[in-house]
Formats: sequence, C-alpha cells, structure tokens
Amino acid sequence: MSSHDPQPHADIALRVKAIESLLIEKGIVDPAALDAIIDAYEHKIGPHNGARIVAKAWVDPEFKQRLLMDGTSAIAELGLTGFSSEHMVVVENTPTVHNLIVCTLCSCYPWAILGLPPTWYKSFAYRSRAVIDPRGVLQEFGLEMPKSVEVRVWDSNADLRYLVLPERPQHTEGMTEDALAALVTRNAMIGTAQVSPPTFSNELADAEVAQ
Amino acid sequence: MNGPHDMGGMHNMGSIPIEEHEPVFHSEWEAKVFAISFATFANYFPVDETRQASELMPPGQYLSSRYYERWLYALELLMTKHNLVTQAEIEDRIAQMAQTDP
Repeated sequence: MSSHDPQPHADIALRVKAIESLLIEKGIVDPAALDAIIDAYEHKIGPHNGARIVAKAWVDPEFKQRLLMDGTSAIAELGLTGFSSEHMVVVENTPTVHNLIVCTLCSCYPWAILGLPPTWYKSFAYRSRAVIDPRGVLQEFGLEMPKSVEVRVWDSNADLRYLVLPERPQHTEGMTEDALAALVTRNAMIGTAQVSPPTFSNELADAEVAQ
Repeated sequence: MNGPHDMGGMHNMGSIPIEEHEPVFHSEWEAKVFAISFATFANYFPVDETRQASELMPPGQYLSSRYYERWLYALELLMTKHNLVTQAEIEDRIAQMAQTDP
C-alpha cells in the first residue's frame, strides 16, 4: 500500500480499545454482537458462497441464463443475498472475453458472496491500475491474456457489485456440483485467476499427452 | 467528490501486494474496527455516510494510511458527529488506558 507507516500498530490498537470500551459502557455496542460479526466474516461468509453460485451455473444452463440476465434474482434463489450484495451483476468469461472486477473508489465487493476483500483488492496499486493496465495487472497474478481475448474491466460502486462467472475447466465432465464448487477460487470470481482443472485430471491429461 | 480516493488511472502506486493464504483480519484491532463499524452503521448511521466520511480524510493522510485506519477515521468522525461519544472522551480514555495497560 504505502511505504509510510504513520501510526504504530500499538497506538491504533489502544485507540480502538478505548473507543470499544466507551461504546460498550454507553450501551451503543454489545460485545457479544461484535464477536458474532467477527466470527461471521472470519468463518461463515466467504468465497464458498460464490463458488456454489458458479458451480450451479456450470451444471444448470437455465440457472446460468437467469444468473446472467438478472444476477440479483438468481442469487436470491440460492438464498445468498446479503449485506453489500443487494444488487449483483454477473459477467461471464468465455474463450474470447475475460472479465476483471475492481473498485477504484474504495473496496466495494460482494461481501455476502465472497466475504471481505483481500488486501490486494483494497490496495492503491490494484485500484489505480486495473482500469488503465488490466493486462499488466493480470500478469502480476500470473495470467497472460492473449491479444485475441478481450479484457473487460468492471468498476464496482456502492450500489452495484459484480461477480465473474469463470469458464468451467476441462476434464470436469460428470463431476458433482459440490466437487465443482471446490475448484472455484476467490480470485477466479474477481477475474485475477482462472479455474484450474482438478489435479487428478491434470495427471490423466498429461498421461494422454505422453502417449 | 473529487479526492485521493478516486484512484482509477493514477500512476506510480507500485506493485500489487498479493498475499497467499491471507487471514480475514491481520490483527485484533482491524477486526474490532470492522465489527464496531458494522454494528454502528447498521444502527446509528447509514453505510453510505461511512463511505463518504472516509473520503473526507485529508489526502496526505489518506495516501499514507492502512485500509482499516481509514475505517477508523470514518468511524470516529461519525461517532462524534452523531454525538455517540466526544473526541475528549476518546482522548481521556486513551490516556487512562495507556496508564493502566501500557
């Protein structure tokens, strides 16, 4: 983020403790509620929610169509609507289009679907560069996009959040929805990664190539 | 609002800090700032006001702060604006706690 380090962590930690104790004393926040919020975002809400949406779209063409037409309603069908994901647009990666999501203004992100954003998503480097040099950004994540693939960048805002529907990898025919969901990573749903085929299939594919 | 937060297209922000197996929060204070903000913006002021408050941070400070420091800035601004606590109460409590819990 920045090479400056204006406030030592200990000072900030003390400041936050002081504010917390005042708010608890005044009955403005409830300590149990704070713990519940932290627990929810650390353990319950995360990219596994988004992965369920992606896997369902891969196995159910009608759901996929609804998801791309009206992401908000299709996601509601799965009961995954939640705070900071009230209005959703889902964009599909294809062999000729790759989508990348950013929030240049801050860190708008579909919390209910992907959890809280990673540090890189919130970094000044990503926010500034994703819109001006998306291919360079993808390279930093190890993704080399051929010139023939169009890269589309979506800038999120307070009211509208995006989700990338990544391409279903090869060698996944016949896999269950749950097994497919396990392949889907957070970065693939932001557009800074692609979904890799399952490892055992990789070995199979290599064996086929070797023959 | 025109400010440093409007970052699209800016140059020279360096390389992207990609962290493998990143924890949701990097320290307890980050988790607490998040939770207190979440609890208050659900009950005392709308989340849009929180966002706007963080955009009021002076540019120099904005560009040299950590992510949850900007949340803390917004939280303090709104807590005092909505009379939940005063700045003096915060400073007094910090001084008190610094003595008992160095």
